[in-house]
Amino acid sequence: MTTAQSAGSETPSRPAATDDNGIPKEAVSVNRDRKRRQRSIGAVFVAPYAVFMLAFGVLPALYAIYLALTDANGGFTPTANFSKVIDDFRFFAAARHVAFFLVIWLGALLVLVVFLAIVVHAIRSRWLSGTARLFFYLPGALAGASSVMLWLFVLDPVASPAGPLLRALGWDTFTNVIQPSHLPLIFAIIAFWTGAGGWIIVMYGALNNISTEIMEAARIDGANPFQVAIHIQLPLLRKWIAYMAVLSLATGTQLFIEPSLLSQASNAVVPNDYSLNQLAYQYAFDLNDFNGSAAISVMLLVVALLLSAVFVAKGGLFDTEDV
Amino acid sequence: MSTATATRPNRLTGWSGRSIIGLMLVVATMFFIVPLIWLLIAATKTEHELAVRSPFAIGSWDTFTSNVRQLFDFQSGAVVGWMRNSAFYSIGALVITLAISVPAGYALALTEFRFRRILMVTTLVVMLMPNTALVLPVFLEMNKVGLVGQPLSVILPFSFYPFGVYLTYIYFSTSIPRNLLAAARLDGCNEVQVFTRIALPLAAPVVALVAFFSFVQNWNNYFLPFVMLPSSDSYPMQVGLSTLLSSTPAFNPSAVGSESMHLPALAMATILSMLPVLILFLFSQRFLVAGMTAGGVKE
Repeated sequence: MTTAQSAGSETPSRPAATDDNGIPKEAVSVNRDRKRRQRSIGAVFVAPYAVFMLAFGVLPALYAIYLALTDANGGFTPTANFSKVIDDFRFFAAARHVAFFLVIWLGALLVLVVFLAIVVHAIRSRWLSGTARLFFYLPGALAGASSVMLWLFVLDPVASPAGPLLRALGWDTFTNVIQPSHLPLIFAIIAFWTGAGGWIIVMYGALNNISTEIMEAARIDGANPFQVAIHIQLPLLRKWIAYMAVLSLATGTQLFIEPSLLSQASNAVVPNDYSLNQLAYQYAFDLNDFNGSAAISVMLLVVALLLSAVFVAKGGLFDTEDV
Repeated sequence: MSTATATRPNRLTGWSGRSIIGLMLVVATMFFIVPLIWLLIAATKTEHELAVRSPFAIGSWDTFTSNVRQLFDFQSGAVVGWMRNSAFYSIGALVITLAISVPAGYALALTEFRFRRILMVTTLVVMLMPNTALVLPVFLEMNKVGLVGQPLSVILPFSFYPFGVYLTYIYFSTSIPRNLLAAARLDGCNEVQVFTRIALPLAAPVVALVAFFSFVQNWNNYFLPFVMLPSSDSYPMQVGLSTLLSSTPAFNPSAVGSESMHLPALAMATILSMLPVLILFLFSQRFLVAGMTAGGVKE
């Protein structure tokens, strides 16, 4: 309603008021003119972006919803596609795989990212702390297929730099390493390797933001670093930890590339419908069932949308103004 | 860890606690960095050496060049085409992203217009959604309008980058004094000139930041081009990697043939696929970390 309010404030309801201040009427009208121009330039500047937002944000979502609610001939079948994909025996298997992966990955993020950020933050040498952060962050350069490829090598005991470790655990072949029960852990490790560094840097920034007075006061009161971490740093990081958890949860439900490449690399030891997104892909490309594919996509989209909307609504992060 | 020796004695709890934490730090660092180092070394060895020699023994220059040759000979230079496609898609989308995001961030931060608030909220919501969530819906839409298989089917969706708008919005609303813009108006600048002559030059750091994030995201994107582009000629490097993977007998035993890849050449391809981003990372490290921290500090 910002627009309505500002429109109200612009209408010259009390023209005399300005005159009382000794400002000539002409200046007021120039000012108003300028306001109007500013307003139209705002609309012009934002228009191309708004078009992209519609074309690649809003319309695809609406179209997917339309497809999910209709059959191949365009007939309205509000539940048929959803019950079809949910009854597919692969659906719950895929949902379970994704859930296992999420539990491990989120656990690792919550514990290790926070721990590493606090430890790196406690390092007194600027150089050492900076280098550690760079090293943690560097794998982020390899998001996508590159990082999965790299991990295929690491998971193949023949060539792996961790070969001795893998063999010590009793896994001598690649197929041994990637047996189904290991997959959630493996995907979590790959995702952690790629993404944790970025979050460590975000947490580090948040830790820097805690006022030194609070930290000093705690130290003078005799708190050791462990107590400072538990009683001061962790509570003050809470918002950022929630931010990381919500966004990672949303991202994690989308699991696709890791199982997709691993499936190719393992001669289908890892099935090509391991995750929900892969299943949606199978519906579209193998079964040519766009309506079924849209039904799965819409379900995933709703999860992502809810998580991000909850976060925007709860706010705190975007308080630059009234959003 | 020895550097952690405190100027303040009670900074860390005792000697043993400190060494345990130091050890965990070393393990974490190795976890993040060793695979990268290993990958660089792997590209200098033959497949046989990879299997029998120690993981960190360095191979030879000759082997390295022959691995390079094998990679570039694959399907008569397919890799060159994939790299070129990646550059084309990423940079094309980057240019469009900047052209639409920077003015949009400016308009959201410093001007009034209808539907401003709804656009803000939608931007935030879409920005926080994982970008894979819209891939299949966008595919279904592109399929409907017959763009699937065209470079535009990748470049246009890449160009929609709400995070870039958010970053510029934050920058314009916190770092540009409104008085400065008002002064420019008094000096006779019109609204377009206020943006191009005053605001835009001041926004150079955030423009660079958006350019960086957008390029990295486009370059590394796998799912969207994988879905949109059916023919190998139009693959970007990330998708090309999966073709190379299926031609590597070590991972796909049915791939034995004249066009098959050795593991070290595959390692080389992985290095090649990440090289542009890695170089960008290393060069802009300081500025980037500062940028991310600033983003993180924003309250």
